[in-house]
Amino acid sequence: MAVAKDKAQPSAARRPDKPSEQGSVPELSKEQSVSAYRDMLLIRRFEEKAGQMYGMGLIGGFCHLYIGQEAVVVGMQMALKPGDGVITGYRDHGHMLACGMDPKGVMAELTGRQHGYSRGKGGSMHMFSAEKGFYGGHGIVGAQVPLGTGLAFASKYRGNDNVSLTYFGDGAANQGQVYESFNMAKLWKLPAVYIIENNQYAMGTSLARASANTDLSTRGASFGIPGERVDGMDVRAVKDAAERAVTWCREGNGPMILEMLTYRYRGHSMSDPAKYRTRDEVEKVRNEQDPIEQVRRRLLEWKWASEDDLKKIDAKVRDAVNESAEFATVDPEPDASELYTDIYAQAAR
Amino acid sequence: MSIQVLMPALSPTMEKGNLAKWLKKEGDTIKAGDVIAEIETDKATMEVEAVDEGTLGKILIPEGTADVAVNTPIAVILSDGEDASAADAAKPAQQQKSAESAPPAAKEASAPRKAPSAVAEPPKPAAPIEPDVPEGTEMVNITMREALRDAMAEEMRRDKDVFVMGEEVAEYQGAYKVTQGLLQEFGPERVVDTPITEHGFAGLGVGAALAGLKPIVEFMTFNFAMQAMDQIINSAAKTRYMSGGQIGASIVFRGPNGAAARVAAQHSQDYSAWFSHIPGLIVIAPSNAADAKGLLKAAIRDPNTVIFLENEILYGQAGPVPKLDDFVLPIGKARIARRGNDVTIVSFSIGMSYALKAADELAKQGIDAEVIDLRTLRPMDSDTIIESVKKTGRIVTVEEGWPQAGIGAEIAARVMAGAFDYLDAPVTRVSGKDVPMPYAANLEKLALPSVAEVVEAAKSVCYR
Repeated sequence: MAVAKDKAQPSAARRPDKPSEQGSVPELSKEQSVSAYRDMLLIRRFEEKAGQMYGMGLIGGFCHLYIGQEAVVVGMQMALKPGDGVITGYRDHGHMLACGMDPKGVMAELTGRQHGYSRGKGGSMHMFSAEKGFYGGHGIVGAQVPLGTGLAFASKYRGNDNVSLTYFGDGAANQGQVYESFNMAKLWKLPAVYIIENNQYAMGTSLARASANTDLSTRGASFGIPGERVDGMDVRAVKDAAERAVTWCREGNGPMILEMLTYRYRGHSMSDPAKYRTRDEVEKVRNEQDPIEQVRRRLLEWKWASEDDLKKIDAKVRDAVNESAEFATVDPEPDASELYTDIYAQAAR
Repeated sequence: MSIQVLMPALSPTMEKGNLAKWLKKEGDTIKAGDVIAEIETDKATMEVEAVDEGTLGKILIPEGTADVAVNTPIAVILSDGEDASAADAAKPAQQQKSAESAPPAAKEASAPRKAPSAVAEPPKPAAPIEPDVPEGTEMVNITMREALRDAMAEEMRRDKDVFVMGEEVAEYQGAYKVTQGLLQEFGPERVVDTPITEHGFAGLGVGAALAGLKPIVEFMTFNFAMQAMDQIINSAAKTRYMSGGQIGASIVFRGPNGAAARVAAQHSQDYSAWFSHIPGLIVIAPSNAADAKGLLKAAIRDPNTVIFLENEILYGQAGPVPKLDDFVLPIGKARIARRGNDVTIVSFSIGMSYALKAADELAKQGIDAEVIDLRTLRPMDSDTIIESVKKTGRIVTVEEGWPQAGIGAEIAARVMAGAFDYLDAPVTRVSGKDVPMPYAANLEKLALPSVAEVVEAAKSVCYR
């Protein structure tokens, strides 16, 4: 393994060349499986609806969908506790829903309405929830990495055992500030889990065309940061790796990198013609590795749920998504006076 | 219930497109996520995915049709058990219903509104707050360097969330010795030496601020802050707005700004105008030890992102500072450094040295200049400037930065808007010359403003 050896480095690092070649992973319990199924389905259906609403002109600007990558955020979130922080880039709808943010508030922000999480001033790429520990939603590729490192710095400064999860993509992994952050995180032993969501394409550029070293789990090697490559389509594998990484950080060992091998079914953004890959490639991943279908199959196979049970979950999820869409359609736009609010906070005198 | 599939838009500006191809035919079973058609414009091709499940009941727009308007029904999807006749009664997928309740996060985010203004500024206190310096307060003569250090030390004693980080701030005691002694008093957890990694540590500081700490980030000089510009502007200054007021960065970026001496173009630059352009930032540039102390303390306490522009040449200059337990000055208030009636000279930071010397010289020539020290560049105290111009009818601005889109240009616009009828002469600017800073001693001197230039400008607006 190419990662620099650190004392007490997690030894369980598995790095299959292909997701399908993974070893055995600890199973989820029945409750965890059902909950993961529901959470992933919510993201899938929400994103489908967002895509539809974009097509109808209700959502403007850039809109980056998370369809296909659902297992990553849902599995990671299973390892967190209150007080932990989450931060990501612009493909952020899934992260917000996984953090427990209200789909209505998220959808209303996508449509630029007054009860959106940012009162309509942030949009798809810029949403936050202080209450849920979600620190954005950042539109500049890679900029969330120093910020997430700063969240980890704050935990260490305060002497608590909270960690920060900093998500970024295979494209952002080539930004210089990522390595500036790695250096400080390791130097100061900050509790930062870096999750590289490797969905194989930075916009239209495949990983191999942009990266001299395509094994992103080794990107911390020169700083001595351990890394693992994880099957990001299997929510069990994600949760398993998440627990290892989060424990490693909570125990004061410094940062850790998890490279999630995942795949986005949709284009980079809504206006992506997706000419850089074949439809067959997308269909193959979809048919063979779909993160939701995997859980669904197991639930049925092990008789943890019947078709009817799952239909009920589906219906509930669909209702929640439809409700969010209806809310986001009729909620008024922000009042014109909002133009000049929230630029500065009033100083305490 | 049958559902219409509408012609989607590829972008917010798309109005129509071609229906290139149907990938499903009437009677096919459809799952959510299935690609059912391809549409194209002159710029891009895109797949249409089904959002609902059922059977493709009817194709309304055949493939090969050009210029289909966005939102035109293109097909009908029937749910299980429906027959094709239901296709005619299909309704659009999107229904309008009234919103019953706001999401909880949005509700709690509501806050008092204020009236719009032309330039975004922090809310002003009801009455101007002047520091309470009681009669007979002892004044101590200290350098600006010591004043800044004392301000940081006092605020760090007061609030354990305040820490300082930057290159050489701890063991080296500060590249310009501004952080002298802080490591010894507060320890390495709160006085943090960083690697030479401006983009990284500026961003890390902003992240710590988003989490609620109050970082003071020192740039060895502001020339190096350009490496960190994205984090300062996109991450620190804009987050409060982008989060609808939920989260902001209470952070101070400080360090020497402007020309030092003989360090040439890349190390001699005035960033006053750059930063003061940005809504969401507060920009402070003090000219003396007392202002430096009182304003840095205010900056550290302020809940917003503050750019605190110091000056290397001023670090060693001593001045009287009130000996008080807690000397804090209001942000956004200019100071009248010298009263006069004939001409207003406005400046800040090291520009005040030229302005005050010029006023002395002008007095000898019978011109009584009023000198205003802006102290804060954003929010800019226009009222004080305009009141003065109403009295003098003449104004000269002085800065070391470049003229185009500079602080002087901004003042000129504000005076024009606020005191046009009072002006007896055009607003005149004295600034750094419009060139990168040269190294040669004689050229460097020519590139910077001079007392003589200020005197000349003041005389010219007085038609003398």
